[in-house]
Amino acid sequence: MSARTVRRRVISGLMTGLVAALSFTAVLALVLILGDLIAKGASSIDWAFFTKSPVPAGESGGGVANAIVGTGIVVGLAALIGLPIGIGAGLFLAEYGSGRLGFLVRFIADVLNGTPSIVIGIFAWTWMVKPVGRFSALAGSAALAILMIPMIARTTEEMVRLVPHSLREAALALGYPRWRTSLRIVARTALGGIVTGCLVGIARVAGETAPLLFTALGNLNFSTDVRHPMQTLSLQIYVYATGPFEEWHRVAWAAALVLMGLVLILAMVARWVTRQRYGRVR
Amino acid sequence: MTTLPSEPVPAPPPSIETPSAEPRWASLRGVNASDRIYKGVLTVLALSLPLLIVALFVQLFVSALPAIKRYGFAFLWTSTWDPVAEIYGAAPMIFGTLASSLIALILAVPLSLGVAIFLTEFAPRWVRQPVAFLVEMLAAIPSVVYGLWGVFVLIPFLRSFVVPPLKALLGWTPFFEGVFYGNSLLAGGIILAIMIVPYIAAVSREVLLAVPGSQREAALGMGATRWEAVWTAVLPYGRAGLIGAIILGLGRALGETMAVTMVIGNRHDISLSALQPAYTMAAAIANEFSEATTNLYQSALAEVAFILFAITILVNAFARILIWRVARGAAVGSKAL
Repeated sequence: MSARTVRRRVISGLMTGLVAALSFTAVLALVLILGDLIAKGASSIDWAFFTKSPVPAGESGGGVANAIVGTGIVVGLAALIGLPIGIGAGLFLAEYGSGRLGFLVRFIADVLNGTPSIVIGIFAWTWMVKPVGRFSALAGSAALAILMIPMIARTTEEMVRLVPHSLREAALALGYPRWRTSLRIVARTALGGIVTGCLVGIARVAGETAPLLFTALGNLNFSTDVRHPMQTLSLQIYVYATGPFEEWHRVAWAAALVLMGLVLILAMVARWVTRQRYGRVR
Repeated sequence: MTTLPSEPVPAPPPSIETPSAEPRWASLRGVNASDRIYKGVLTVLALSLPLLIVALFVQLFVSALPAIKRYGFAFLWTSTWDPVAEIYGAAPMIFGTLASSLIALILAVPLSLGVAIFLTEFAPRWVRQPVAFLVEMLAAIPSVVYGLWGVFVLIPFLRSFVVPPLKALLGWTPFFEGVFYGNSLLAGGIILAIMIVPYIAAVSREVLLAVPGSQREAALGMGATRWEAVWTAVLPYGRAGLIGAIILGLGRALGETMAVTMVIGNRHDISLSALQPAYTMAAAIANEFSEATTNLYQSALAEVAFILFAITILVNAFARILIWRVARGAAVGSKAL
């Protein structure tokens, strides 16, 4: 073996090691962050943390019940608005999206997917907070729904496209009209994938903070009125982490652990749903 | 000549009346009323996306109009931001946005391309799925949680272990001068880097997966080592898509708000040093919009949002075009959460 060949082999081996090390670094970052969350958050979590509302600054005790309920309401409402529109747009892209309009919608959905969420927050503020003169959970839900629509549209399209063409042709050959084929056969077959996409979308907006800053605003008290400001976990983490009190920082870590757990559970359920349907996904 | 008996002209066949305006095959093609309604409803829902982008654009422009009229283009390169005197110049935020994103790219690009290359070319099969999943999980961590981690873990770590050697080594350059207080451009850039790694890695991975196996086989067949096959055949083939992936990451970094707001220091000032506090456009909006009481203040922040929106739209559109050239029309990267 010439010296040159040896050098080339060594370089190849070194580069293999390098990319493996880089991959390890990326995974390490995740492990570190999750590890810190558990290390600093877990000790503060008890039953009261889930069932009590926050106490005034300086006192100890209290929990984040209002933020958990608020997150549920704001995100649930956002899903109620965003999912039907997103799924509909996704079905359009899969069924009728071969033309120029389909191309345009697909492109805009991809571009909107990368739009800063804070910009959406300002948009929702101008439309839903400024005219009424009051911050509201509803405006927050609208902002989150806007974030969801392009995401859901694209994943729905992807999943519907995975359905074999023969299935559609068989339904049409039996005399099913197109709309029933689309809904009863194609969408039904892709249901697992669509649900996964929806759960992933919900998980992503559940952690959003920026669009809620000037819409849902946050609320230190327990509130379920969507026309008024409402607390969410993400807003609470932001306020408490940047606040001056040691006690607040402790609550922020615990709230972050709860939020992370919520997001991870949604993501895991999403994976599980897909696995049920298709077996291994790539 | 005798006249030939004229042949009886056959009567023209009676014209066939069409029974209805609608030909029968129309129903076979599926163009019946309910199908039209179905298509109509879906079209309306799909049109919400173009409508949304137009509404965003118009609304932000209208909100920004008072500031645009008052300050013109000087808004972009003056650096005084004084709400009391009503003087607004966004240069420090624009600088901070670009600088923090640049730091993020410098750190994230090698890392995420390394992940993508490892996962598609070198990793044993049983490693690929779990590692890809774990890296994508980075995208599932909410921005505000990154911010929390940045404030209480990353910044103390930087202060004790990273900045002292960095200053000893490169303290003489303008990029690392000054006292390090914690909240800084560097901290913002590092947090951003971790946040965009999953996006760049996921898209690059799909781009590399789309490179035909024949490219690798040809290089290996010519006697290339495995790395040479990657470097000379696979990467050049996917170059447009990889650049698209990086630009997509850049788009994410430019607009990222919460984590950056919490660690970058939020100071209206331009400093070349990565150790000094800075500001980004998104952070300025997040920090100041709810306390912006005058119309002009709100309008100035809306103009910042408008600029940010326009930049990210352009960056994203460019990235998508590059990616689509490689993986045509596929929703590449949509699996990154």
